[in-house]
Amino acid sequence: MNPRILLAVTARVLTQLRRDRRTVAMLLVLPCVLITLLWWMFSDLPGDLFDRFGPALLAVFPFTVMFLVTSVTTLRERSSGTLERLLAMPMGKVDFLVGYALAFGLVATLQAALAVTLSVWVLGLSIAGHVWLLGLVAVVDAILGTALGLFVSAFAQTEFQAVQFMPLFVIPQIILCGLFVPRTAMPPVLEAISNLLPLSYATDAMQHLVRYTTTAEVWRDLAVVAAFAVGALVLGAATLRRRTP
Amino acid sequence: MVNNLVEIRDLVVDRGKRRVLDGLHLTIEQGTVTGLLGPSGCGKSTLMRSLVGVQQLTSGSVQVGGVEAGSKELRPRLGYVTQDASIYLDLTVRENLEFFARVLGSDGDAVSRAIERVDLADHADQVVGRLSGGQLSRASLAVALLGSPDLLVLDEPTVGLDPVLRRDLWVLFHRLAEDGAAVFVSSHVMDEADRCDRLLLMRDGRIIADDTPDRIRALTHTDDIEAAFLVLVADAEGGGRA
Repeated sequence: MNPRILLAVTARVLTQLRRDRRTVAMLLVLPCVLITLLWWMFSDLPGDLFDRFGPALLAVFPFTVMFLVTSVTTLRERSSGTLERLLAMPMGKVDFLVGYALAFGLVATLQAALAVTLSVWVLGLSIAGHVWLLGLVAVVDAILGTALGLFVSAFAQTEFQAVQFMPLFVIPQIILCGLFVPRTAMPPVLEAISNLLPLSYATDAMQHLVRYTTTAEVWRDLAVVAAFAVGALVLGAATLRRRTP
Repeated sequence: MVNNLVEIRDLVVDRGKRRVLDGLHLTIEQGTVTGLLGPSGCGKSTLMRSLVGVQQLTSGSVQVGGVEAGSKELRPRLGYVTQDASIYLDLTVRENLEFFARVLGSDGDAVSRAIERVDLADHADQVVGRLSGGQLSRASLAVALLGSPDLLVLDEPTVGLDPVLRRDLWVLFHRLAEDGAAVFVSSHVMDEADRCDRLLLMRDGRIIADDTPDRIRALTHTDDIEAAFLVLVADAEGGGRA
């Protein structure tokens, strides 16, 4: 790993993003708009439905958005020839992947800060635990999305295909993460599957923070999500071949 | 003594089921401009990819300066232009070069020098995606010049450029060769042949001629390289049947 090269990648990705105002707006504003929409939909109903669904969405949005952005960006890098050029240069695979993860991680931090601020202080999401921990879960979750996006981009030939990976990799996780039905109330087979999906742990952590002040469970869930992210990055590194057929 | 920078022995490359390079032997000297000419699809790009170490080889070896092509220590000393733009369209020329310079660890002057050399100073702060085709390929070439490389591998760098610019670039290639680099340039435009010190004609994964442009013409009793190429192809096919 070479910090100079790694940070060069991060800085370059951020410069590219800065040029692309529309994407930045989508990354930062869209999750806030959708969370507000959800809050509004529940606003006339009795009970605390927003408290139930809000936290899970704070886990789902950063994950989904980062997955999409990263898979398309990296695919572009592969198909434009810039990746081949970089790999003929003194660029390590880890520098490339972590450089990307760092850039999108920074964007994710900003996104999470906005979404959490809006949910807690404007829309009145009541949480028992620490607010900063809620933000941290969102960030780690976004990094997971980035890592998975980097990995699946290796299996897409076109941007069109990359987008198609969302129904395959992301939507099943959203359905089974405990957003609609508590995971313990699912049929045993589905519960077992949901135990294998990283988004479930991010959602668990969020839901725990809403109800309890204890943090041990949150740290354990966070560790699981982080482990999945590292695993996806390692798999992503394996798909980055210096020599191609 | 001739200083061979590149030594290719028995190089075979299969892509899918097709044999693209078929037992290639080749040496490339420092301080020369070597041209690789042949119709598209004959294996030029695969040979160039093998030289820079991004091509999976089936058998044989490619050595640059005594070590295997693509080795870690070679990567900072290599300039490579692929046929794709291989440059970020949403960054300016300068931003692109600054990024690649940081990857290579080149000094701060390298960026301005590279921009000057490809004559893009007036467009340095323009986003690459808005440049013309010729400007785009020059921006890509500038990236290859960043690290003062020992070996420049340029895959059709002059495609779509106007004649004046093409002439200037060939002057630049020769200047780089005089400074000691080995410049390896591919083209499918036969009229660029005369600008090379040494010419390789390639067809169907084999090198069918390897000499100075003058000697290739003399040997085939032709006036231009295109005619020479046709004679050589006819000879090769005639020889095959005999």
